[in-house]
Amino acid sequence: MKHYEVEILDAKTREKLCFLDKVEPQATIAEIKNLFTKTHPQWYPARQSLRLDPKGRSLKDEDVLQKLPVGTTATLYFRDLGAQISWVTVFLTEYAGPLFIYLLFYFRVPFIYGHKYDFTSSRHSVVHLACICHSFHYVKRLLETLFVHRFSHGTMPLRNIFKNCTYYWGFAAWMAYYINHPLYTPPTYGAQQVKLALAIFVICQLGNFSIHMALRDLRPAGSKTRKIPYPTKNPFTWLFLLVSCPNYTYEVGSWIGFAIMTQCLPVALFSLVGFTQMTIWAKGKHRSYLKEFRDYPPLRMPIVPFLL
Amino acid sequence: MASSEEDGTNGGASEASEEKEATGRRRRLGFLATAWLTFYNIAMTAGWLVLAIAMVRFYMEKGTHRGLYKSIQKTLKFFQTFALLEIVHCLIGIVPTSVLVTGVQVSSRIFMVWLVTHSIKPVQNEESVVLFLVSWTVTEITRYSFYTFSLLDHLPYFIKWARYNFFIILYPVGVAGELLTIYAALPYVKKTGMFSIRLPNKYNVSFDYYYFLLITMASYIPLFPQLYFHMLRQRRKVLHGEVIIEKDD
Repeated sequence: MKHYEVEILDAKTREKLCFLDKVEPQATIAEIKNLFTKTHPQWYPARQSLRLDPKGRSLKDEDVLQKLPVGTTATLYFRDLGAQISWVTVFLTEYAGPLFIYLLFYFRVPFIYGHKYDFTSSRHSVVHLACICHSFHYVKRLLETLFVHRFSHGTMPLRNIFKNCTYYWGFAAWMAYYINHPLYTPPTYGAQQVKLALAIFVICQLGNFSIHMALRDLRPAGSKTRKIPYPTKNPFTWLFLLVSCPNYTYEVGSWIGFAIMTQCLPVALFSLVGFTQMTIWAKGKHRSYLKEFRDYPPLRMPIVPFLL
Repeated sequence: MASSEEDGTNGGASEASEEKEATGRRRRLGFLATAWLTFYNIAMTAGWLVLAIAMVRFYMEKGTHRGLYKSIQKTLKFFQTFALLEIVHCLIGIVPTSVLVTGVQVSSRIFMVWLVTHSIKPVQNEESVVLFLVSWTVTEITRYSFYTFSLLDHLPYFIKWARYNFFIILYPVGVAGELLTIYAALPYVKKTGMFSIRLPNKYNVSFDYYYFLLITMASYIPLFPQLYFHMLRQRRKVLHGEVIIEKDD
């Protein structure tokens, strides 16, 4: 069996970083990354990007050396992706924050509102309901992160945790401040408005969860396969007929429900910002589906049925 | 930050387009787009020239800066607001800059003109206003004539030199003018509670313009050095042909 030689150069300076000889032809990029780490321990595999061309795309961990367009001496270019952190860690941190922070405001912990309000309770029932809904939402997210989601990537750049936490924790504090404020004004249309909003919220939470389960079932444990998602017996998944990312559709719906329930402008703004971000993600996902699958259902839009 | 435009000499077009122009890789623009952009940049150059002349004449006639803002405010508002079009140029792709960058730059100018000097009359006679007006004026005349000449494919070295050197002084001067003006406005804003919403109200939101201004001032601290050093790097690349390896992408 012919062995390969692999040299790894820095993509920017072209400096020779590592030379591996006697590499098996069936070695994967993941294995080569492990070998590279041995000579450069500060660059653990998750922060390595190896590519055939300094400006090209990263090779995948599953790619096999033999199948790449290289001679028996392969030249790979290395780029440092920077410190990495696992997706699970990021999700848990960014979701635990809002759960905890909202409760600080709900219980009117000292130094937020005037001293005479410390540890008092709102007299509006909608405020208690809002706390339950908000807390439920983030507990659901934490549990899904631990038990439901199957991530394509193990890690993301470390700086994302600061960016993401600022966003989630910041908005949670901003919303919670007003909803739990002693001068909070309950919704204009009273109990009717709250009931409608609660219905929207619950339906969308169930919908969002159903989609997460359906997506999980598409992908066997430990794999990174991608398939077209289709509606299942669960009626909540029938939204797949109209959109590529119904999880995002339901998520926006939940927050719209919460905004109507609390009649709080910061919540509406949070929903808008979230909607903008999720639309960008949905469009990206939709585009990759179209690129990858010739037979992708043409009726589907990225996030809003028929419109967007 | 009004004078802290990405390209440092105040305003819209990008470092990206500068790089492309500097290295001679120009986008192929349609005739209509080129004609419109040429007209736009000539018009803006002329507008800011008119402003500059009006300011100089006022000072020569009156010998004071008091009343200067009032005398040029209509022209200033017109041309500075017209610059909103630069966001559209990026959106439709005839200018290769990021919409976000241009948006931030133009917004900060609009903020200064409409939400500070227009709305807070007591600051109009502050010296700091003249400081940023001079900085903006010189910068914009340089910047728009740079674009005009580039579009006409006939860029005198002096204009390129000016665009990549004036900012070294103008940028900090402009920032100083803006910050001092906002600072001068604070007492009035606090006293009148202008642009502010208090609780309780039916949308359960509040806004305090005074704190908003404080936060805006604070935001100059991280933003200004980044933009300034970015311009310095651009200058080294464009004027001295230095190849600079970025730390990371």
